[in-house]
This record gives sequence, C-alpha cells and structure tokens, in this order.
Amino acid sequence: MQGTGLLSLLIWLPIAGGVLTMAIGDGRARAARWAALLVSLATFIASIPLYTGFNAATANFQFIEQLPWIRQFNAEYYLGVDGISLPLILLTTFMTMPVVIAGWTVIEKRPAQYFAAFLMLEGLMIGVFAALDSLLFYFFWEAMLIPMFLIIGVWGGPRRVYATLKFFLYTFLGSVFMLVALIYMYLKSGDYSIAGFQALPLSLTEQRWIFLAFLAAFAVKVPMWPVHTWLPDAHVEAPTGGSVILAAIMLKMGGYGLLRFSLPMTPDASRELDWLVIGLSLIAVIYIGFVALAQTDMKKLIAYSSIAHMGFVTLGAFVAFDIQANTGNLAGAALGLNGAMVQMISHGLISGALFLCIGVLYDRLHSREISAYGGVINVMPKFAALMVLFALANSGLPGTSGFVGEFLVILASFKASFWYAALAATTLILGAAYTLWLVKRVIFGPVGNAQVAEMKDLNGREMLVLGVLAVAVLLLGVWPAPLVNVMESSVHHLLQQMVISKIPVG
Amino acid sequence: MVSAFNFASLLPAMPEISLATAICVVLMVEVFAGQSRRGLTAIVTLLALAICGWLTVVYGQVNERTVLFDGLYVADPLAVFLKLAAFLAVGCALFYGEAFLERHRIRGGEYQVLALSALLGICVLASANSLLTIYLGVELLALSMYALVAFDRDSGLAAEAAIKYFVLGAIASGALLYGMSLLYGLTGTLQLDQLAAVAHSGSAGIVIALAFIVVAVAFKFGGVPFHMWVPDVYRGAPASVTLLLASAPKLAYFALAFRLLAYGLGGDPQLWMQMLGAVAVLSLLVGNIVAIAQTSMRRMLAYSTIGNVGFILLGFVTATEAGYEAALNYTLIYVLTALGSFGLVLLAARSSGEAEELDDYKGLAGRDPLLAWLMLIVMLSTAGVPPFAGFWAKLWIIQALLNGGHLYLALLAVSVSVIGAYYYLRVIWYMFFESGTDQPAIERQGMVRGVLGVNCLGLLALGALPNVLLSLCAGLIS
Repeated sequence: MQGTGLLSLLIWLPIAGGVLTMAIGDGRARAARWAALLVSLATFIASIPLYTGFNAATANFQFIEQLPWIRQFNAEYYLGVDGISLPLILLTTFMTMPVVIAGWTVIEKRPAQYFAAFLMLEGLMIGVFAALDSLLFYFFWEAMLIPMFLIIGVWGGPRRVYATLKFFLYTFLGSVFMLVALIYMYLKSGDYSIAGFQALPLSLTEQRWIFLAFLAAFAVKVPMWPVHTWLPDAHVEAPTGGSVILAAIMLKMGGYGLLRFSLPMTPDASRELDWLVIGLSLIAVIYIGFVALAQTDMKKLIAYSSIAHMGFVTLGAFVAFDIQANTGNLAGAALGLNGAMVQMISHGLISGALFLCIGVLYDRLHSREISAYGGVINVMPKFAALMVLFALANSGLPGTSGFVGEFLVILASFKASFWYAALAATTLILGAAYTLWLVKRVIFGPVGNAQVAEMKDLNGREMLVLGVLAVAVLLLGVWPAPLVNVMESSVHHLLQQMVISKIPVG
Repeated sequence: MVSAFNFASLLPAMPEISLATAICVVLMVEVFAGQSRRGLTAIVTLLALAICGWLTVVYGQVNERTVLFDGLYVADPLAVFLKLAAFLAVGCALFYGEAFLERHRIRGGEYQVLALSALLGICVLASANSLLTIYLGVELLALSMYALVAFDRDSGLAAEAAIKYFVLGAIASGALLYGMSLLYGLTGTLQLDQLAAVAHSGSAGIVIALAFIVVAVAFKFGGVPFHMWVPDVYRGAPASVTLLLASAPKLAYFALAFRLLAYGLGGDPQLWMQMLGAVAVLSLLVGNIVAIAQTSMRRMLAYSTIGNVGFILLGFVTATEAGYEAALNYTLIYVLTALGSFGLVLLAARSSGEAEELDDYKGLAGRDPLLAWLMLIVMLSTAGVPPFAGFWAKLWIIQALLNGGHLYLALLAVSVSVIGAYYYLRVIWYMFFESGTDQPAIERQGMVRGVLGVNCLGLLALGALPNVLLSLCAGLIS
C-alpha cells in the first residue's frame, strides 16, 4: 500500500512539534508561534496525499500500518483510513491552522504551552480517527482530554475551573463504560481489532448493553440531549481556539464513534433502540433550538446551535433502519448516512468559523454579551460580510455546506417517517431564527455604543483565516461531490454491516 | 529437600546475605566516621544498596523455584525481581529524602540502618515459604517502620503517628499470628507448599483462621476497614519516611498476599475471595470518596493509596493467574507512582516550610514548571488516564475481573476511578489554573530533579509501551 507511514507521520509530527514548541519556551514566544504554525502547516500538507492517494472505489481500509503493540492481548498499533475517517482527518489538519493563527497575538499567557497543547491535541485527534484497534482508539480518545483540560483551565474565562472539570469528568464517565464494553468484546473475540469486533456475533442482550455503554461515551461527546450540559459551559469558558477545536472536531468524535462502533458492532441493538437515538436527536433539534433562541451570550448561542446541528448527525445515522424497513432498499438509507457525514464536516467548518468570528469581536471589546454590540457592520464591513455568510450557512442557506447536510438528512427522514421529517425541518425555522436574530442584534442596526464605534476592521491575519474558511464553506456548498464520492463506498459497506444481523443462529 | 549444605547452595539467598552485611557495614561507618563527616552514611548506604543489587543480579539469579533452609525460604524469579525492585525503590526513597533530613536536622545513621532493615524484611517476605518466615518478614519490616515513623523525636505529630501505627500494627500482627497458629493446628504444617496441598477442605476452623489472616493482610495493605492508621501515619511521619512507607513495602505486601493466599491457600480460593472482595470494594469506595474531602496533600495521597490498594486486592479477588499478574503489574506501577508523588512532595518544600497543604501547590506551574509538569504526569497516571502507565494498570485489573465474570466489580472499579479523577485533577487545577501567592523559591536539587524526572517519564514510557512490564509480570507469575 502506497504512503505507508503517512498516518503515523500525521499523528506524531504534531505531537513532536508540540514538544518542540514547548521546549522553545514561553520566553521566546515569537519562535514558538512560528514553530507551531510551521508544524500545523506541514501536517496539513502531509495530509493532502491522504486524499489524493485515496482509492474511493473500495470500502477497504487504506494506508494501513500494523505493528504489534501489546502482544499478550493482541492489541496492535493498527492504523488505516476509509471514506468515513478520511474527511474527518482532513478536517482536523485543516482546522488546526486557523486556531494557531487566531491565537497569534491574542495569547499572552504562556504562549508556547498554548500552541504546544493544540499541536499535541491535533496529533491525538488524528490518532482517534485513524486507529483501527479499539484499545489504541481508546488510548487516543482519553489522552485527548488532557490537552483540552489544560487549554480550558489555563487560558479560559472566569469560570474555567468549573467548566473544564465538568468537561473532563463528564467525558471520562461516559468513556469508562465504553472501555468495559470493549474489554467484554475482547474477551469474546480474542483481539482488540475494530474489524474483529464488527464481525463478532453477539446475542441481542449483549448487544443492548454494549450499545448503551457506547451510547454513554458517544452521546456525551456529540453531545446529545440530556447529557449536553457540559458543552455550553466548556464553550463559554474556553479560549477561542479551544472552542473552535471543541466544536469543529471533538464533537465529531461522538458521531464518528456511532458510525464506527455502535452501528456496525451492535446492529441489532441499534435497530431495536433506534427510537431512542432518533427521539433524543429530535429533542436536540427542536428543544435546544428554542434554548439557543433564549441566549444572551454569543458563545453560548453557538454552543447550543452546535448541539442542535449535531442532532442532525445522529438523526441521519439512525433513520437508516426505518428507511430500510419502509422501502426495502439501501439506497435511501445511504442518504441519511451521507447527510450525517456531510453535516459533520460542514458543521466543523461553520461552527469553527463562527467561534472565530466571536473571538474577533471578543478580542476587541472583551465581551461576549449580545447586548454589548450592535451595528458592527458600520465599523467593520469586511468582518460583517463574512460573519453574515457564516450565519447564513449555519441556518442552512442553499449554496453553503450547511444546506447540503441538513437537506440530505431531512430527505432521508422523510423516507423513514413523515413526522421525523416534519419535526427535523423545524430547524430551518429555528436555526434561521436564532442565527439571524443574533446577526441582526450584533451586526446590523445603528452603532450600539461608543466602544463599538472604535472597533477596527479585520486585520490581514484574521482576514486570511476567515476568508479561507468562507471559501471552504461555499465550495462544499456548491460542489459537495468530492466529499460525497470519497465516502460513498464506505457508507455502503457500513450499511451492509448494519442490516446483517449479528445474533448467532441457534 | 535435604541437600548438602555448601556455599553454592546459599547463593540464592544472596540478596539477604549481602543486605545483612550492608547493615553491619553502614552501622559501623556511622559509629566510627558518620559523626565527623555528615552525609557519609547516606552515600555509603546508597553504594551498599547498589552493590547488593549487583550481587543479586550476578549471583542471586535463579531460573526455577529453589527451596532452601529446610523449606523455610524460596527463591524464584518473582522473589528475585521483587527484591531488585525493592532495592531500587528504597534507594530512590533514601535519595529523594536526603535533603529533607538535612533541612529538618534529622541526623543519625540509624535512619539508614532502619531503612535497610525494613528492606531486609521486604526481602524475607518476598522469599517466604513458611508461615514462620512470613511472620519474621512482616515483623522485621513493621518494627523498622514503627521506629522510622517516630524518628523525628521532637515532633509530636510523628510520635502520635508512631504510637497509632504501633498499637494497631501489633493487633494486626497478633491476628496474623493467631490465624497462623490455627492453621498450623488444623493442618499440621507451617510450609506453604504443603499447606497448598492440604488446605482445600473448607472446614469451619480453616475459615476462622483465614478470617484472621485476611484481616492482617488487609491491615498491612491499608485496606478498609483496617485503614485507620494510613492517613494519620502518612501525614504524621516525617515526609521522607512517608515516602519509604508508601513505596517499597507494597511490594512485600504483594508477596505476602500472593504467597500466603494465592499460593498457600490457593487450593480453594473461595475461602478468602469474598472476604478480600469486601475489603477491596470498601477500600475503593472509602479511599476515593474520602480523598475528596482532604486539604492536606499527604492525607489525600494516603486515601488515594487506600483506593489503589482496592484495585490491587481486586486482582487477587479474581483468584486467576491473569488477576495475579494484573495485581503485580498494578503494584509495580503504584510503587513507581508513589515514589514520584511523595518524592515531588518532598521536592516542593520551600525554605519557609514543607508543601503540606494542597493550597501550597497553587500556582506551582508558574513558580516551578518542571515540578508542576512532573506532578501532572503522576496525578494523571494515578487517575488512570492514558497515555500514562496507571491507565494500563487499571485496565488489566478490569480485564481480569471481566475475565473472571465479575462484571459488577468491574463496573464499580471504573465508576470509582471517575470519582477519583476529581481529586487528582484538583491538584492539577491548583498547580496550573490558580495563580500562586508570593512564595519563596523552591530549592533546585538538580540531581534529585533528574532522577525524579526519569521516574515520572518512566510512567509515560510504560504507558506508551505497556507490554514490557506486562510480559515481565506474566513471566514471573506463571
């Protein structure tokens, strides 16, 4: 297989870069910043061959690396990508760059450690997406909490300690049950490989418990209602970069986990309990949509909007069973999964961009309250244009990536049940309402107060970051084919796994 | 069993022989030269430990189970390894504690001599093959430790800790002895391998004897409800003694539980599984929950120890080879962690006083980044977060539990580790997220820093490559 070693490079280059950045030290902040930027840039460039060398015609894992790790328990250092993990890895390498640039001059406290934390986080997150051994997956999955814990705790807002402890303990609690489920399956299958778990026959009772254990881990991460309460706190207190990574990538791990673990490993339980996930997703879409409407803090509003949008991911993934039952063919079911995937990538870009926009405002006025702003367009026209674009994308305007994902999921839920679609479609109203109302209050109107009047428009650095994201959002909106093509085979393979019962016969 | 008694047949006992010699040498050095040249005894002690370790490696190796001294003493790879680990742990503990003794003007070579005799107790326990040898080892270790806890004669706190430790320890010794005498009366043998053959039958007498023995084992480990002494002694003893007490003896108590329960009474593990299981569960709960309420660093670490002991005992509760391996692995990683955490506590002392309270750690990351980062590694490792070794230690225990069908114990173990994560994270929070008050700088101690750095990075290395320790443990137990 060509490009062997590439995934390891993508994991360990940023981690080594993080160590290097830390070694440069806070005293030489300038050098540390440049080192961080170069490493994140190098990682992104290194990730491009992953896309160009990827064979979209097959659902097999590619760029495989397999080395013995823990022989006694048949756990391996086993990496590879398919059409589901590839886009997420690219999203990770892509989004780390704006985070580094966004923190360029803003971070004054221990800057080297700040950038180091993000680089290490990047490597660990790529590890999560690339791991094909469940123990290795769990290793990265948990290790990832450490840099984020420090990022929120050291560089966060006034209630950072509360927020970061809540973040850590919530996710930790969810994850340990997944660990028990993984060990249980290891004891039945004899090794820790994910493919082995997917092929392992399990009775319905076993599947139910394993499914719930997985759900505990992934629902917290997504986050699904009612275990979402850590997210608004974490987002509000995190520094801008932390919010971006949290929203753009860490939330996707929950969705990825559902696609990689829950659906293929416990297909029968997923089918049986799909009402649970669909119900929680719809609550997220509608109820959290209303909650977002009531927010007075910009970051909190976007945080709740993230929960509602991630509801689409879980909805899209789990309507497949009903579609198959209703129509009998898998083509319709694929729509929902495709929609879920597109929604993940698109939400990664849009929510990341929105958090960066709020960061831009916060750097100038040091307030996240909506009421502190007003009429920003008068003093920051370039910024206003971009922010409006991202806001429209967030509310699902056709022509932006936000539209594609939501449309596919709603279309798919229509095939499952009219009511699912009707309820999910309320997001078109609610999402537009809370996002556009936010824009109206912050951007438009007369200049709100004297402080707003003194705000300066985007500098070159900010322009670059937001501009690149805007291009990505638009590109994906009008031409999603490159993304959809890459994942097509893998989505079909996943569907095959979902519809074949794993309950042992007899 | 009876063989010609010559010098070669003594070789497997090389660790004990060399150590006993070392004790005499150190005592003499202290008497004749220690008074005039301060620090000499400490250097000689470390040198002597290194030589003992070298002699053990070169001459003391055994490839198979060798029974010596009329069946009183067994040398097997496990014993040799535990002894070497104990040499290293005691050496580190003495090295880390040197500056503390100097600071508090605690002088007298008896300190080193007592530490070495405690080490001798550990070695004897590691090689015990008879109830008598076990008792000998337990007492040698315990008596040395009682004296060490009280070593700072001017400290009221230390005296209180020592008397508590001594009185409770004496009761536990009594229980152990009583249980052993019952066992001897019922089976007619003191030797563990013969005991293993006859102690199958679950007669009422054996159950009673076992109850006493389990109490003693639980006391030595510091398992709930026999844990009362742990926080007081850990807090009251001189900090360098706490370091000694928290690290190497755990290896001996692992050997005690393994030789006595898993081997000698392993024929019918049902006899002690439930008793030990109750102790393990209570330790997990009490240790992890009560630690949250602590404001003193050493008391918090004491409760953390209790929680960790719960995990080690859970490994025994499975009564499977995998469980014993996991328990050994856990013990080794725990010792490494304890050396790190208590060593860092010693190092964090400032000229104005020891870093006793959790509040003393506020803002440490700003004042002394290296120290704070090392402490972060140790705390996260104990909390069981990858990529540190503590994660694997917990994982193997949970895996062994599930393998033995103890699903509920596994669920309890993971749940309490989430509770436990809170107070480990709190230390990180204080160090990194709070800004410290103006405090005097922390001593450099370059050498100690270096060794502690290796110690803590070892946790990271073992976390990345857990198979090293794991295959070692598997080789030693089977």
